[in-house]
Amino acid sequence: MSALHIKKGASKHSAYNLRPTFSDVMERHTLAVVVENEPGVLARVIGLFSGRGYNIESLTVAEVDHTGHRSRITIVTTGTPQVIEQIKAQLGRIVSVHEVHDLTVEGPSVERELAILKVVGQGDKRVEALRLADIFRANVVDSTLNSFIFEITGAPEKIEAFSDLMRPLGLTEVARTGVAALLRGD
Amino acid sequence: MTREMTGAKMVVQALKDQGVDTVFGYPGGAVLPIYDEIFLQNDIRHILVRHEQGAVHAAEGYARSTGKPGVVLVTSGPGATNAVTGLTDALLDSIPIIVLTGQVPTFMIGSDAFQEADTVGITRPCTKHNWLVKDTDALPGVIHEAFHVATAGRPGPVLIDIPKDVQFANGTYQPPKRSTSHYQPQVKGDLEEITELVAAMETAKRPVFYTGGGVINSGPAASQLLRELVDATGFPITSTLMGLGAYPASGPNWLGMLGMHGLYEANMAMHDCDLMIAIGSRFDDRITGRTDAFSPKSKKAHIDIDPSSINKIIRVDIPIVGDVGHVLEDILKVWKARGRKTNVEAVRGWQAQIEKWRKVNCLAYKPSEKTIKPQYALQRLEALTKDHDRYITTEVGQHQMWAAQFLNFEDPNRWMTSGGLGTMGYGFPASIGVQIAHPDALVINVAGEASWLMNMQELGTAAQFRLPVKQFILNNERLGMVRQWQELLHGSRYSHSWSEALPDFVKLAEAFGAKGILCSDPADLDDAIMEMINHDGPVLFDCLVEKHENCFPMIPSGKAHNEMLLGEAETHGVIDAAGATMV
Repeated sequence: MSALHIKKGASKHSAYNLRPTFSDVMERHTLAVVVENEPGVLARVIGLFSGRGYNIESLTVAEVDHTGHRSRITIVTTGTPQVIEQIKAQLGRIVSVHEVHDLTVEGPSVERELAILKVVGQGDKRVEALRLADIFRANVVDSTLNSFIFEITGAPEKIEAFSDLMRPLGLTEVARTGVAALLRGD
Repeated sequence: MTREMTGAKMVVQALKDQGVDTVFGYPGGAVLPIYDEIFLQNDIRHILVRHEQGAVHAAEGYARSTGKPGVVLVTSGPGATNAVTGLTDALLDSIPIIVLTGQVPTFMIGSDAFQEADTVGITRPCTKHNWLVKDTDALPGVIHEAFHVATAGRPGPVLIDIPKDVQFANGTYQPPKRSTSHYQPQVKGDLEEITELVAAMETAKRPVFYTGGGVINSGPAASQLLRELVDATGFPITSTLMGLGAYPASGPNWLGMLGMHGLYEANMAMHDCDLMIAIGSRFDDRITGRTDAFSPKSKKAHIDIDPSSINKIIRVDIPIVGDVGHVLEDILKVWKARGRKTNVEAVRGWQAQIEKWRKVNCLAYKPSEKTIKPQYALQRLEALTKDHDRYITTEVGQHQMWAAQFLNFEDPNRWMTSGGLGTMGYGFPASIGVQIAHPDALVINVAGEASWLMNMQELGTAAQFRLPVKQFILNNERLGMVRQWQELLHGSRYSHSWSEALPDFVKLAEAFGAKGILCSDPADLDDAIMEMINHDGPVLFDCLVEKHENCFPMIPSGKAHNEMLLGEAETHGVIDAAGATMV
């Protein structure tokens, strides 16, 4: 079964074991989990994280193969190398999980996230917000006389940077989708 | 052959097609259609328990003593929630169980209907997998898949929740076919890793096999291969509580059980070894003690079918993912092909060192002529029953550890105990399940009076089905293990750890039409045990034992293997503040 073939993380031939296995350094990993799209499958994955005390920084899920009933869950998590290995192995045990990929280890990968932000203000602040949005290639998707809603796509760091800049300019609300990620190349 | 039939009939048909001969269960509103189908046939025997928890433990006993999955049928709501403890127990001990629960009809789900519970939600973390079947046509496929999932890879409990309208509706039955499931765990080990292990075995000076329940779960062939490998290499072998019987206790290389209440020689061998070969064991905290001081000088190999077991607690050098039986076969093949080499000289020295540890005689206890020592009771039980076709179950606590120490197991599947979850109340229903599977065998549940009372209602089941299960209760009128920890950790303040208002067990047995035996004098013990063995029917044996006996040896929590307490040790203050927070 492919889900248990997480060789890249588990075998001594992988890059993983070149790092100290029981190191205390916290690492951030992006996992792509391909699951059977059936009721309760997301609860199984989330329940695993909460039940075993693992972190979720972001999680996105949607069906990606309608005929094959496959959904792809992208999870950004943090932990020591040993915890990351446990997370992958535990995910692999879930019967509805088909594949577990650690994009951080298997990488390089491309990570993208979409956010929409509401900025309320008038005068110079409004102009400055619009100018910065242009630099960050954020689109205006809604406007009133005293507010904008911007749409921005990019790596999570870019979205962080943009919302940091918007905060003094009247940022009132943010909605983020969480990370979607794919490995580069074929 | 496909046929039109109701969902309820499909359940019974699918169970028959899966080779099920026994179902443990309890009826209720949401499973009445299935019970009706059970009424109309004679191929599957239904054992009516007295509480749903008992049904699951009985199925566990059945499964663990036969190697076949156990099947449970209970109703919705309280029927399902009562099964949760048994499911969790089976999950932690990797026992294949299929639990079928009734559910309110699909159109009432979510309406807080009578006896409605979110069964798949509640049991998601305590099953290997579970299903809610909303369509009758999907039912046979799910049941067949459930048997596959429960038994493939690392075994475990599964649950199928079947709404009542799905049981009534008609659909097309599909017989089992070769599994098309994507769930196909890897059974063959990596040959490169196996060769690395064999190379390590050839040069090891102080090797030890550390085996667990995975050997038993892999089937009798795995135990046979283990015996061959151990006896061919002459390496000493120890086992966890769950693995007892895989290697015979009379075998020349047997060290006895290891762990918190394991034998001195076993724990010392683990601490001082230079090659540890873990087979189907999972470095549980009862085994490792303090992890940072666990076997500091050894190279460690770990064979396990579950990749998540590897490097979970202890970092290992040679990880081998695969089924124990398959991997042992390959190890033997490679080892023989490379010339059957071991470091004979060094291993002989290692065995001599182990002999010295063995001379410590760690299981020694102060005998008494006035009161029955629990250890003595088990020694006599062992002596008088060892030549029988014998199966042992236990409850949880001191008696369980003494049973593991003083009873000898020569074969796998003869020892049923709640290891991972530590479920008081497991042993009695489990003994019922074992007796159902082995009607002519001598089935004994070694119990404490407190544990036994937790599922005593099953005396009704034993009486109804005329099951000659022997309940050997070591009655110290205490929650002995709790009392022992309070003595070690809480200044001997015995908060609620005694058994007040105990029943008269002899009268209790008689009230259910069973036989009761009371024994309090060591001089009468042998005759009383023989009376128990020879009685053809359920027996409640109330063995009044020494009330303040502690279970030794013991690795106090937070300590290492070489810091064991032996029987006569001063016990106060041996656990420091860090250890006290552990369990």
